[in-house]
Amino acid sequence: MPDATLRIFRGEGATGGQAVDYTVPIAPGMVVLDALHYIQGHQAPDLAVRWNCKAAKCGSCSAEVNGRPRLTCKTRVDSLPMDQPIVVMPMKSFPRIKDLVTDVSWNYTVNKKIPAFRPHQNTDWKISQLDVDRVQEFRKCIECFLCQDVCHVLREHDAKAKFGGPRFFVRVAGLELHPLDALNRAGLLKDDLGIGLCNITKCCTEVCPEDIHITDNAIIPLKERVVDEFYDPLSMLFRKIMGH
Amino acid sequence: MTTTYETREHDVLIIGAGGAGLRAAIEALAKGCTVGVVCKSLLGKAHTVMAEGGIAAAMCNVDTEDGWKPHFRDTMRGGKYLNNWRMAQLHAQEAPDRVSELEQWGALFDRTEKGTILQRAFGGHTYKRLCHVGDRTGLEMIRTLQDRGVQLGFDVFMECTITRLLTDGGRVAGAFGYWRENGRLIVFKAKSVVIATGGIGKAWPVTSNSWEYTGDGMTLAYEAGAELMDMEFVQFHPTGMVWPPGVQGLLVTEAVRGEGGILRNKLGERFMEKYDPKRMELSTRDVVARSIYTEVKEGRGTEHGGAYLDISHKPAEYVKKKLPSMYHQFKELADVDITKGPMEVGPTCHYVMGGIRVEAETAQSTLPGLFAAGEAAAGLHGANRLGGNSLSDLLVFGRRAGMAAADHAKRVPGSNIGSAQIEEAEKELLAPFSNTAAESPYAVHRDLQKVMQSLVGIFRTEEDLKKAFAELEALKDRADKASVEGSRLFNPGWHLARDLKSMLTVSEAVALSALARTESRGAHSRIDYPNYDPVWEKKHNIIVREGGEMKRRESPVEEMPEDLKQFVMAE
Repeated sequence: MPDATLRIFRGEGATGGQAVDYTVPIAPGMVVLDALHYIQGHQAPDLAVRWNCKAAKCGSCSAEVNGRPRLTCKTRVDSLPMDQPIVVMPMKSFPRIKDLVTDVSWNYTVNKKIPAFRPHQNTDWKISQLDVDRVQEFRKCIECFLCQDVCHVLREHDAKAKFGGPRFFVRVAGLELHPLDALNRAGLLKDDLGIGLCNITKCCTEVCPEDIHITDNAIIPLKERVVDEFYDPLSMLFRKIMGH
Repeated sequence: MTTTYETREHDVLIIGAGGAGLRAAIEALAKGCTVGVVCKSLLGKAHTVMAEGGIAAAMCNVDTEDGWKPHFRDTMRGGKYLNNWRMAQLHAQEAPDRVSELEQWGALFDRTEKGTILQRAFGGHTYKRLCHVGDRTGLEMIRTLQDRGVQLGFDVFMECTITRLLTDGGRVAGAFGYWRENGRLIVFKAKSVVIATGGIGKAWPVTSNSWEYTGDGMTLAYEAGAELMDMEFVQFHPTGMVWPPGVQGLLVTEAVRGEGGILRNKLGERFMEKYDPKRMELSTRDVVARSIYTEVKEGRGTEHGGAYLDISHKPAEYVKKKLPSMYHQFKELADVDITKGPMEVGPTCHYVMGGIRVEAETAQSTLPGLFAAGEAAAGLHGANRLGGNSLSDLLVFGRRAGMAAADHAKRVPGSNIGSAQIEEAEKELLAPFSNTAAESPYAVHRDLQKVMQSLVGIFRTEEDLKKAFAELEALKDRADKASVEGSRLFNPGWHLARDLKSMLTVSEAVALSALARTESRGAHSRIDYPNYDPVWEKKHNIIVREGGEMKRRESPVEEMPEDLKQFVMAE
């Protein structure tokens, strides 16, 4: 089988660095992560790559392959054009640590802002399968942060101080649609997580490796809740009259 | 040498942030302790995330005749009576509460028509016991525990590897480690330490385990003087992917068989009829793994050296709903549509029943102040683990370890950590940067894997095991000389050179124990001793460090109380 050329970003810290070419023999069914391992094992032992399960379940191996945010363990080499180098870059939206490893800690700080599940009082814990199915989509997020990486609000505008990003809208949807959850996170969405900054470009949906319909099924319904609660004049009037 | 390091102090330090580690953290926090959690990977990405089958618990939602006793019996039988019976009892009794608790913290499971938690069948379980959500129960569990822990407020140290436990006068006093990101050193002071670092699969080439699984926790405990037990019992899950080469070992969940999947050899025969006609595909994993291995060895294997696992006789929509990640995994990584045709599967190194020896009620190891839970601990599963019993193990003993660690921390005074230990740890950690031998840690790892696969695999012989020792000695030598280039900034070669030490220690422990046990029981198969031996039925192999060397002892299996014995042996 022929060889592939991988053009990989090498560099330490936030600035500098350059792309370096490596030649890798191709095995059948090889994924980009296999190629990265080969390079580590034979050519560049200090090539910094984050990975863990290699089965597209843990979300550790996020990178940008030929310009597209992907999981490297799930990107088949034979799905990429072979007549040019395969370009592998770190996620652009997060500060670079080294080579393909970036600092994703900001995501964990956003997470802390979101109040966890709180059950209704006196629930009998009986849930229908239909209710469980409805919310499954959001709960299968593997926190790969590819959606965060691609979203222009974070990627181009670096609005990390006022925007939670698609992953966390999915998280809130997973809580709000939990049949027994008693909290209302609309205010959080509007103020701390800045859901209004999303202008429904849908890049997040395109890159999600779990096929979560982030925009259509999580963000838009959540936006509607925020609008209903804070921007609907009839609701506001009703609440004023009722003294809420 | 000046040692610059940061210091952190907590009542309880937990090493490992999978199901067991997080559950222990939550319990220690609930008891009012300050808790630090250290993990090699990012939070929420521990190996627990890959668990697909479900949590075994006698909730009796589907099979109302179930109860803790049948669960206990199934566990003991699956473990070929080598289990710590008290652990098995506590596990069966407490698992249902742990599942309900998880639900109360927001975990969502598939439901019965009555709206209660749905349970499915699994290998070795007499009744339908596995609480699950699709095929991603592990993800649901770890997210729920992660959310709960964050909410309660623990300190998390992500991408930080512990390389040595620190002791003071015969008890645990903390741990030494480094940040993977920049190589800086860190010393954790703690009154109790809980090890929840999982297993050892990365010492084999074909494994379902994640990158983290290098046996770190067991080695930490061993080097600090704690006992390891039952190390010969390594479970080879019967169904891992076999093709293409990059995905070899990736797990094909037992749930495929739980939902009706059938095994066939290349002649189309449903071969489990020969090996376990009563339970067929839902026999225990050790039996199925050996069956597939034998079929392949005798020339009836598939093109790539496995067996066919077929669920295409079930409606496609059902398969896609119940086993979505299997559907996607095969479609994307192997170009196989499991709703239309069979999967090729073969044994993969999956779980280690052995580990750190602990007390049943408290998860306390033989070193005061050191606790262990989850796969890193030994005893619950005996000679072979049933599917679904690991996720429940994490919850039951994670909680007990956290509780006991908290109690211990409240009772003992603070300790002093002598600087000599820290200096020694630093020296060992940084050695690869000054080694000049040009020995690549990656090459040593590859060679270790070859040794383990060929000499300490599913079927073992005295000759192979003795050869393994010689090879392991040579590998240890090479690992000591491993050199790395580059800086301390996120240097995977350096991390591997460090992790090699753990892999070599646990490999030696497995080989030593496997050589001693001259019988076949559960997951441990000796071609030269193919039958049970009533003498070995009553003994555990204990591994302990004495005079700087690995030594093996034997310890009697604790007898079950008479009434439980009657129940287990009946029928």
